[in-house]
Amino acid sequence: MTVQNGVIAADDEVDSSRRKFLTRATTAMGAVGAAFAVVPFVASWQPSERARALGAPTELDLSKLEPGQMAIVTWRKQQIYVVHRTPQMLQLLSNHDARLKDPESKKSDQPDYAKNPVRSLTPEYLVLIGICTHLGCLPKQRFEPGIPELGADWPGGFFCPCHGSRFDLAGRVFDGSPASVNLRIPPYTIEGTKLIVGVDANEKNKGAA
Amino acid sequence: MVTPSSTGPSPQPAGTPTTGFKGWLYKRFPVEEFMSSQLTGYYAPKNFNIWYYFGSLALVVLVIQLVTGIFLTMFYKVGEATAFDSVEFIMREVDYGWLIRYLHSTGASFFFIVVYLHMFRALLYGSYKAPRELLWLFGMAVYLALMAEAFMGYVLPWGNMSFWGAQVIVNLFGTIPGIGPGLVEWIRGDYGIADATLNRFFSLHVVAIPLALLLLVVFHLVALRRTGSSNPDGIEIKDKLGPDGHPIDGIPFHPYYTVKDVVGVGVFFILFSIVVFFVPTFGGLFLEAPNFEPANPLSTPEHIAPVWYFTPYYAILRAVPDQRLGALLMFFAVVLWLFLPWLDRSPVKSMRYRGWMSRGALTIFVISFLVLMYLGLQPAEGIYVALARIFTVFYFLFFLGMPIYTSLDPVKPVPERLTYHAHA
Repeated sequence: MTVQNGVIAADDEVDSSRRKFLTRATTAMGAVGAAFAVVPFVASWQPSERARALGAPTELDLSKLEPGQMAIVTWRKQQIYVVHRTPQMLQLLSNHDARLKDPESKKSDQPDYAKNPVRSLTPEYLVLIGICTHLGCLPKQRFEPGIPELGADWPGGFFCPCHGSRFDLAGRVFDGSPASVNLRIPPYTIEGTKLIVGVDANEKNKGAA
Repeated sequence: MVTPSSTGPSPQPAGTPTTGFKGWLYKRFPVEEFMSSQLTGYYAPKNFNIWYYFGSLALVVLVIQLVTGIFLTMFYKVGEATAFDSVEFIMREVDYGWLIRYLHSTGASFFFIVVYLHMFRALLYGSYKAPRELLWLFGMAVYLALMAEAFMGYVLPWGNMSFWGAQVIVNLFGTIPGIGPGLVEWIRGDYGIADATLNRFFSLHVVAIPLALLLLVVFHLVALRRTGSSNPDGIEIKDKLGPDGHPIDGIPFHPYYTVKDVVGVGVFFILFSIVVFFVPTFGGLFLEAPNFEPANPLSTPEHIAPVWYFTPYYAILRAVPDQRLGALLMFFAVVLWLFLPWLDRSPVKSMRYRGWMSRGALTIFVISFLVLMYLGLQPAEGIYVALARIFTVFYFLFFLGMPIYTSLDPVKPVPERLTYHAHA
């Protein structure tokens, strides 16, 4: 080793291409290591085991729900409305398509097995997320057709007290409401008389097949 | 900044004390070099006007926020069950707690007032133009960090507007195609805005973003030391050096501008105190009424509106009928600021020497920004939405039309030396 102009240099000539390769290889390995080191920190932001356990599917015994009644269950911090629709309710659903913003549920959020005129897996049971798609208030049940506050042509449905959004008994939004999208429908499945919210009917069938 | 010489430790400059305490200190710490490179030897244009107060004022507000924030953290209890009560505890039972809290909440709004005026100065005198592009980008990074800091800070009191504001803003990420819903869950750490969300926002608000902010402010100032300040005439004082090697039209930052800035700080403190002591909520603009109720996931406030400094962007978001497109447009409204140095094709920096096109565009832009700010606070109905759409178009035209109108703009010749009339 000699010192020239304050710089320490080896006596033999430096193989700079070899040195460059080693520097780059070390840097690349370091970068890969750093990328792996990020994983636990990023993963820590996922819902914790406790949050996931509390977000597990919710069950409801449908045999206790009389026709025309509504039950509310909670799933993932959201209120889920479950309505046992009567044949008369179902019949009224088809008479007002012209007054709806999206009668075929093209813009709304629902599993594909609920993308039909009655918006449900089986016609008699309606399962909805009870959060107004306008600004998140809780719509109230107004099931009696033609009640005075909502007019003679009211077929029965939901009314949001905050800003006056109106939805029918399939959660479809009426013209003139501030909300522009139908109420959301969660993934659910029905096993016999047991409703399970949070389990997708499609995935369950795939599992069975 | 002090750059160590490549040959070893930096030698002490001639003329610095070598004996006594100062001698002992200077031998071990480069006080002189630091003072000279940052203040006494840093030459700034001599014609700064009132618009040049806001940089140093932003630094003053940053210090207020850091000091009051440290003290609030001593009494605040993060957590769904404790956060709201601990803020009320600070307000009612901690001696002078109300003052510390109002200094912090008012400081947040004043931070944005000062920063927006500072940004307007840059638009007025072309301070972002070459060679100050990087200075501008660091400044914009400070602005973005400040927006994140303010948003997360607003969630901490866990009032009802904290909760629903977080709900609306975090849900915006859900509009990103594909990864959206998963991303929202990841940000919240739960299936709704919850304890986990509050806890991580607290960490980011108190540790991560303040550290980033400080670092970015240092970068902003380092870049400023390299390019030097711009000035109302928009010409480079470095081009005209005197026999002493300093710009003829420059004066040392200290004592000239430090003393001037102290006057500005005095005036600022008067205005700041009026708000803190007499109108801390500023009629619901600085602290919104629904935030004096605890967070309630089952009850939405009548109108969800962010604090005033976000409302221009919020108005743009709501002006678009499609939620995804609205979020995208809002994102662009923020990002476009970054491109100003390259959108502006004018050969002249300052509005003093620009023609009617640039001046008109800036006037319309300022009006649009203020109108959108107002509209973002109003319910998204009828005339408000219609107006928001019109002014959103103006907002974007200012940026996107800039390469065209700044090229066509009839500019005036710039002077050789700064326009300056002492004691005029």
